[in-house]
Amino acid sequence: MKNYVHIENAQMSFETRKGVFVALKDVSLNIARGEFISLIGHSGCGKSTLLNLVAGLLMPTEGVLLCADREIGGPGPDRGVVFQNHSLLPWLTCFENVHLAVERVFSASEDKAQLEIRTRNALALVHLTHAEDKYPHEISGGMKQRVGIARALSMQPKVLLMDEPFGALDALTRAQLQDELMKIVAKTNSTVIMVTHDVDEAVLLSDRVVMMTNGPAATIGEILEVNLPRPRNRLELAGDVEYMRLRSEVLRFLYERHAHPAAA
Amino acid sequence: MKFRRYFGEHLFPPMLGAALFLVVWMILAQSSEALPGPMKTLDSAIALFSDPFYQKTPNDQGIGWNILNSLGRVGVGFGLAALIGIPLGFIVGRIQFIDKMTSPIISMLRPVSPLAWLPIGLLVFKAANPAAIWVIFISSIWPMIINTAMGVRQLPQDYMNVARVLNLSEWKIFTKILFPAVMPYMLTGIRLAVGTAWLVIVAAEMLTGGVGIGFWVWDEWNNLNVEHIIIAIFVVGIVGLLLEMLLVRIAKRFSY
Repeated sequence: MKNYVHIENAQMSFETRKGVFVALKDVSLNIARGEFISLIGHSGCGKSTLLNLVAGLLMPTEGVLLCADREIGGPGPDRGVVFQNHSLLPWLTCFENVHLAVERVFSASEDKAQLEIRTRNALALVHLTHAEDKYPHEISGGMKQRVGIARALSMQPKVLLMDEPFGALDALTRAQLQDELMKIVAKTNSTVIMVTHDVDEAVLLSDRVVMMTNGPAATIGEILEVNLPRPRNRLELAGDVEYMRLRSEVLRFLYERHAHPAAA
Repeated sequence: MKFRRYFGEHLFPPMLGAALFLVVWMILAQSSEALPGPMKTLDSAIALFSDPFYQKTPNDQGIGWNILNSLGRVGVGFGLAALIGIPLGFIVGRIQFIDKMTSPIISMLRPVSPLAWLPIGLLVFKAANPAAIWVIFISSIWPMIINTAMGVRQLPQDYMNVARVLNLSEWKIFTKILFPAVMPYMLTGIRLAVGTAWLVIVAAEMLTGGVGIGFWVWDEWNNLNVEHIIIAIFVVGIVGLLLEMLLVRIAKRFSY
């Protein structure tokens, strides 16, 4: 399916005290099934806004968004969201946090034992079986983020939406989670839209990097195809000519053509 | 060595404070004829607590009964206030219209001294005991409404986003997100409410009579038994402290 996620002329403006603020303008994008898309841009460029539109947390002021040929009219379990700050409920264990999502989607069709198996499978996918009875404050930041990914994937969403999922982690943990995410995506064949401000992360993980211009009225500036073969290995790619070319393309877009207004 | 340090840091300062307190009390008692000293009060306390649960007449009962009666009134008044105040707090916090509707009334009634409500209670209930409970009710309902509503208002947007993307039902949102998130605020409200209720009950009972620590103080004043009044002050203070400690301990269990 070529137009698994379809965004057409989406526009998003907010009413503020100073008048109408246009965050996004004329955004059109088609995403194929099984594709990994990164949204990259300077802070304030509206990349999170675009993700929230697909998530259904925001409604576009103009334009249409479709997911698997159905109009996005609000949040739904067909789109799993991983938040930047993990957003686990602190009073529930890792198991209960994931189970909450599983229960909502599958309790109509499956019995208790099946729901528990689903929850365990999701945690096993992110290698957290040993921590299922721990509370979020008892585990590390990287582990919390993995629970967040497990929670989103446990609903078997059509699309996985990630809002700077590794932005708050240290570099080593981030690299480890990126590798894990690549394996999980390969295994589950997920369609992913990820917001990031990390150039290496975008190139390493994506099939296409969507580069956004600066706001207000931000839009898609350029789309970069990443045709590196999978599975990808960060060590081998570090010296790869094509990888370096792609990386500098993104850098040039971000720092030459669309340098951040505050930095300019 | 270890004990000496622990003693110096944690035991010595409060002991010194208590000793100074007793010295000041002794000096004051020496220079005044009416005020009994610590030893005299202690003798009287030992006599009093040797038989805390006697019942001579309906108005002459042991100190234990007086304390329990007061606690009972606080319990009933506070319980009713919690039963109404906490759900009301959730509604006020969740629905802006109701918040705006009730906030001027709450802001106006909250600073009113609880005792000012006593005549209304006597008028409506035509009996002293329900009137005292009514005063407790009215003094403890405000902190519970206000703190519960504040907890609901300060619910992190993240949690609501989780509820939205998981598409949780209203019931699940309440039991899995709203209630646990508001719990610490609610417990603060409960702590403030119990504190106020225990402050107010002594004054209310002085006015309504019956069996209770407040009326007992008044009774002993009429008997000019100053030792007993001082004992009552200590009792009220210690019971209040114990209530506070209990609630702090409960609150600790629910802080995330």
